[in-house]
Amino acid sequence: MTAILPEVLAAAPLPTEDVQPGRWRRMPPKAKVGAVLLGVFVLAGIIGPMVAPYDPSYQNPSPALSLQAPSGAYLLGTTQSGQDVLSQLLVGIRLTLELALIVGVVATALSVIVGVTSAFLGGVWDEVLSLVSNVFLVIPALPLLIVLLGSLQTKGQTATIIVLSGLGWPWGARVIRAQTLAIRNRDFIAAARETGEKTWRVISFEIVPNEVSLIAASFVNTVLYAIGASVALAFIGVANLNAWSLGTMLYWAQSQQALELGAWWWFVPPGLAVALIGTGLVLLNTGIDELGNPRLRDATSASRIAGYWLPPADPTPVLAEVSQHRGTLAGFLHSFSRSSLLDETERGWHR
Amino acid sequence: MSFILRRLVFYIVAAWVALTVNFFIPRAMPGNAVQSIMAKFPNLQPSAYQALEAMLGVGHPGSIWSQYVSYLDHVFHLNFGTDVTQYPAPVSTLLAETIPWTLTLVGTATVIAFVVGTGLGIVAGWRHGGALDRVLPGLMFLQAIPYFFFALILLELFAAKLHVFPLGQGYAQGLVPGWHADFIGSAIYHSLLPALTIVLTSIAGWMLQMRNVMITTVGEDYVIAAQAKGLPRRRVIFTYAARNALLPQLQGFALALGFVVSGALIMEIVFSYPGIGLLLLTAVTSSDYPLMQAIFLVITFAVLIANMVVDLIIVLSDPRARAREATR
Repeated sequence: MTAILPEVLAAAPLPTEDVQPGRWRRMPPKAKVGAVLLGVFVLAGIIGPMVAPYDPSYQNPSPALSLQAPSGAYLLGTTQSGQDVLSQLLVGIRLTLELALIVGVVATALSVIVGVTSAFLGGVWDEVLSLVSNVFLVIPALPLLIVLLGSLQTKGQTATIIVLSGLGWPWGARVIRAQTLAIRNRDFIAAARETGEKTWRVISFEIVPNEVSLIAASFVNTVLYAIGASVALAFIGVANLNAWSLGTMLYWAQSQQALELGAWWWFVPPGLAVALIGTGLVLLNTGIDELGNPRLRDATSASRIAGYWLPPADPTPVLAEVSQHRGTLAGFLHSFSRSSLLDETERGWHR
Repeated sequence: MSFILRRLVFYIVAAWVALTVNFFIPRAMPGNAVQSIMAKFPNLQPSAYQALEAMLGVGHPGSIWSQYVSYLDHVFHLNFGTDVTQYPAPVSTLLAETIPWTLTLVGTATVIAFVVGTGLGIVAGWRHGGALDRVLPGLMFLQAIPYFFFALILLELFAAKLHVFPLGQGYAQGLVPGWHADFIGSAIYHSLLPALTIVLTSIAGWMLQMRNVMITTVGEDYVIAAQAKGLPRRRVIFTYAARNALLPQLQGFALALGFVVSGALIMEIVFSYPGIGLLLLTAVTSSDYPLMQAIFLVITFAVLIANMVVDLIIVLSDPRARAREATR
């Protein structure tokens, strides 16, 4: 991996800079670092299987090649059965990213559908959908995933994708619902309705485009969740163990006692890859946050007065008008959610 | 109706959903689970076959409704059936042996991480742009590392290379578990590295979250007013800013709890720590569905109860919530 790093670093940010001069420069530095890190791994995921020097599953029978430390011929060493770690890594990155990307797209789409529907329809629909998302937020996901996937006779990539997507939407749905509630009563929505636009048009051309940044953040979070969950599931053996992913690499390293054998090159590369992809996503997400909330940016505008750091003045509270237009039953049911406590607090502050 | 009572109803609904999902999973899956279990464990008695059929709903013994009722009845009496890997040990006995280990380790470490992380977050949020902010990218990296991988690295460094800590297990071999100094000392010694893993990987999350809420709170008018009045700095930080920033932090804590517990379970596997996570691994590797299901229920209920406790703390620590309680 270290060998391909320099050229990739130089190549990844260039296209963005060519298309839109200035926009890349205006990005918060955290987002830039995150984007570059991710770019490296996405590139590795795309071209990785093509440039992999060996077949990742090929077990070299020569005993000399068992557990070989990194060398010129095997850049990241070999496993106990003589398999090349670098080839496994290059193939594994693709499978893990592929899964995370599909889960991210499907689960984010689900959360947009559920979030917008429940905020737009309101009333009992809203409360039922909110209750369902709150219930699935509070039930710990990993044990549920294990029980769901563990009871399958054959465990494949598709099953993992379906189950991860099916359980990955509640958090995003909750955030998007809150935002939709805030937008729903703005004047431009009322204007669109007055001109006779159909509901689906209002939703897809007026509401959703106004939530793009939120949807993007939710997507990044979902991808992060999918990577973490799929790697953890594979690590304990709830996955197709014959396909190479970052998780199955860790599974084989652990089950064939890489640690006790002192073969750090066997388990460090896949783990480090997961950690770096994760860091890239978190940095990117923090960058998106900073674009939306100026206060979180580096404190260049804060000034020190009489020994106190005073930040710049108030950004507009976006969610303050959330949950105002509710029926009696809806309000009653809403009070079951934890967010009701925050909503009420918010309203108490601003009115 | 008071807030606490309404939340209680919510948790009962959540618990019911978990129970029901758990009931339907083996019944919705293709293939005959009982036969595959029986094929894997030839030493099982025919009586176990019938018990498994009733538990997993294969062979359709009775209507789905009567199955559901008897399933709920079994769960309420903590009867999770007979374990198939360690036949004929009841699943509830296995759970009772492992739960104390997990509860002590994960509970203590999570609370320590939360308290220390929140404290650091208060400082970082108050001194926005200060020294603590500069280590943030590093902390994000720590946060992004999977728990179990961090555990592997710590094991490699401190156990395999430096021999400071033991290579896993809950206590030294040859010791008999009990309330005597040898065993307790050994158990604490063995739990230090796992605890360190949980604290180091989760502390960054709490700190980041608290810092971000704190930054927003510090900009509120009442905090600036408190500073303008010339109140002592410590009072402004803790009584004015941090106390208000703590409420979203506590809610975040409750929401993240399931995630933290899940991570800790996997971490236990790396350390071969004799807790519920390791039991889950044996259940998965041997396709022991009854055990898997029981563990899922136990973890879910633990998380639900912890959530309820956090709700209580929120109401107790927020005068506005208490005032609303009183006026209702």
